[in-house]
Amino acid sequence: MRTLIFAFFSGLLSLTPSYAIAASDGIHLDAVEIDLNDKASLQRGAKTFVNYCLSCHQASFMRYNRMAKDIGLTDEQVTKNLMFASDKVGDTMTIAMRPDDAKKWFGVSPPDLSVISRAKGTDWLYTYFRTFYLDDTKKATGTNNLTFKDVGMPHVLWQQQGYLAKDDESHGLISATTGKKSNHEYNVMIQDLTNFLAYIGEPSKIQRLALAKWVLLYLVLFFLVAYPMKKAFWRDIH
Amino acid sequence: MFSSLMGWVDARFPASKLWKEHLSEYYTPKNFNFWYYFGSLALLVLVLQIVTGIFLTMNYKPDTALAFASVEYIMRDVEWGWLIRYLHSTGASAFFVVIYLHMFRGLMYGSYKQPRELVWIFGMLVYLALMAEAFMGYLLPWGQMSYWGAQVIISLFGALPIIGEGLSLWIRGDYVIADATLNRFFAFHVIAVPLVLIGLVVAHIIALHEVGSNNPDGVEIKKYKDDKGIPLDGIPFHPYYSVKDIVGVIVFLFIFSLVLFYAPEMGGWFLEKDNFVPADPLKTPEHIAPLWYFAPFYAILRAVPDKLMGVLTMGAAIVFLFLLPWLDRSPVKSIRYRGPYFVWALTLFVISFIGLAYLGTQGITDIKTILSRIFTIIYFAFFILMPFYSKLDKDKPVPERVTFK
Repeated sequence: MRTLIFAFFSGLLSLTPSYAIAASDGIHLDAVEIDLNDKASLQRGAKTFVNYCLSCHQASFMRYNRMAKDIGLTDEQVTKNLMFASDKVGDTMTIAMRPDDAKKWFGVSPPDLSVISRAKGTDWLYTYFRTFYLDDTKKATGTNNLTFKDVGMPHVLWQQQGYLAKDDESHGLISATTGKKSNHEYNVMIQDLTNFLAYIGEPSKIQRLALAKWVLLYLVLFFLVAYPMKKAFWRDIH
Repeated sequence: MFSSLMGWVDARFPASKLWKEHLSEYYTPKNFNFWYYFGSLALLVLVLQIVTGIFLTMNYKPDTALAFASVEYIMRDVEWGWLIRYLHSTGASAFFVVIYLHMFRGLMYGSYKQPRELVWIFGMLVYLALMAEAFMGYLLPWGQMSYWGAQVIISLFGALPIIGEGLSLWIRGDYVIADATLNRFFAFHVIAVPLVLIGLVVAHIIALHEVGSNNPDGVEIKKYKDDKGIPLDGIPFHPYYSVKDIVGVIVFLFIFSLVLFYAPEMGGWFLEKDNFVPADPLKTPEHIAPLWYFAPFYAILRAVPDKLMGVLTMGAAIVFLFLLPWLDRSPVKSIRYRGPYFVWALTLFVISFIGLAYLGTQGITDIKTILSRIFTIIYFAFFILMPFYSKLDKDKPVPERVTFK
């Protein structure tokens, strides 16, 4: 069943309208696997998110206690380990920085991340976090990004990944300084973060996918009643 | 007990009469095929949109500062809000899928032809109202594509000479798309246009039931009646087509649910990525694409080099559809018995319509502009040349009675 559905949609989705792919500067996006049932991954992603993102960005549509329930944590665990910016577990993930100040400091106000995964796509995010590189022409941050040219955001995770530099010959990125994590470990960290961003983009997706099979099953059962009924009524019509 | 109650009602309101006229004694050709499901499906989707729309209105806020967040509030904090919202957003696209197939059925079997001209005209008015409804509804989530899509479309009115600027200002209620625009679009989307839509659908059905349904053979079943005056090839709509349409509804809902539950964005076709970014009047998106169901007309607009001429050509693309009953000069209705000219013309028309729909969502390149122009010419040739090719066509003999194929 799942393969059938997948085949049906992958056929349709291959005809994507152009703006869906036009978002990055023509760079190849690395594919990332999203699994909202992988609670450990979501929890690790949440940790990265609150530690590194949730000081400049907010996710003002996402509630802490909803997150707790969905990623398999208790309210106490969230309050103690993941809530630095708010004091009530029913609050949404907002920050104290005022948008006007942010604009002054970064040039643009950092966007709300609640639905960023739906606006940019998860592959874009996964690639973006991994393509910061050193760029002397960027006075404020010292870095640039292959996926998002001239982005105002600094390489927040530089301690983890280390800095990359642009290779003049291959135009690819090569390691310039070493970080705390190996290449593989950093990729896993970013995959978890992307997974978490996909989750907060649409928390109800978990319910949506869980409900789907029951609705389809109901319709199949309904069909098994309705079709013979139609046949019975139409027996004499020729 | 029941019959005495009905007697009481019938003396005061024609309940039984209406039931008989429109359902139990409305005689329908017995040879309807697959293409005849889409009328009842359109009605189903209309009801779905109205009911889900009512529930969305309970939590949606038509205010530029609150609109985007209120949609996300519905998606997250309202009980079953995500389901209601996806039913509505998927329903919008499903509505056009169903309506386009319904219209194509009409083209294939000549359902617009005498004596059903008014059925067709009312249907076309429903289609126009539906486009207005969809266009205004799309502004409400207040995303980037909502904002810039509306900006592009309303600016088209500005291309009209003399009154243009004033007219687009009057439509927006401001110099740019703003709170005033959002509020009035909300009013039109939830009250004005739905009222018109329902009235037109009623008129469409009354006109249909007055003349009777066409069928895949395009023969009039009223020509041969039994001694009670019942068409020999007719069967009462209820129960025959009510039980049949239930099967159609289930199959439709199955496909609808696959989209709703597994791919509500439909890869950007039903919910566009850029609409998950709140509207920003200072930041134009790289590529502004209309929703797929408007795309054919948008492609026609862009195919014409001059803006005013483009707007007029786009308008003409709709006007010609209204004229169809009088452009078609063939005595034969159904494509089954029409000659090769019409079959070819309709095939090319469908290809050009789908081609335009695709091109309307794409960025402009030289080759795509040329293709848009070729398809636009074919689109109009279908109508303009119809009086000639439909008259000269080598039609086949039409059977006296309906057939089962």
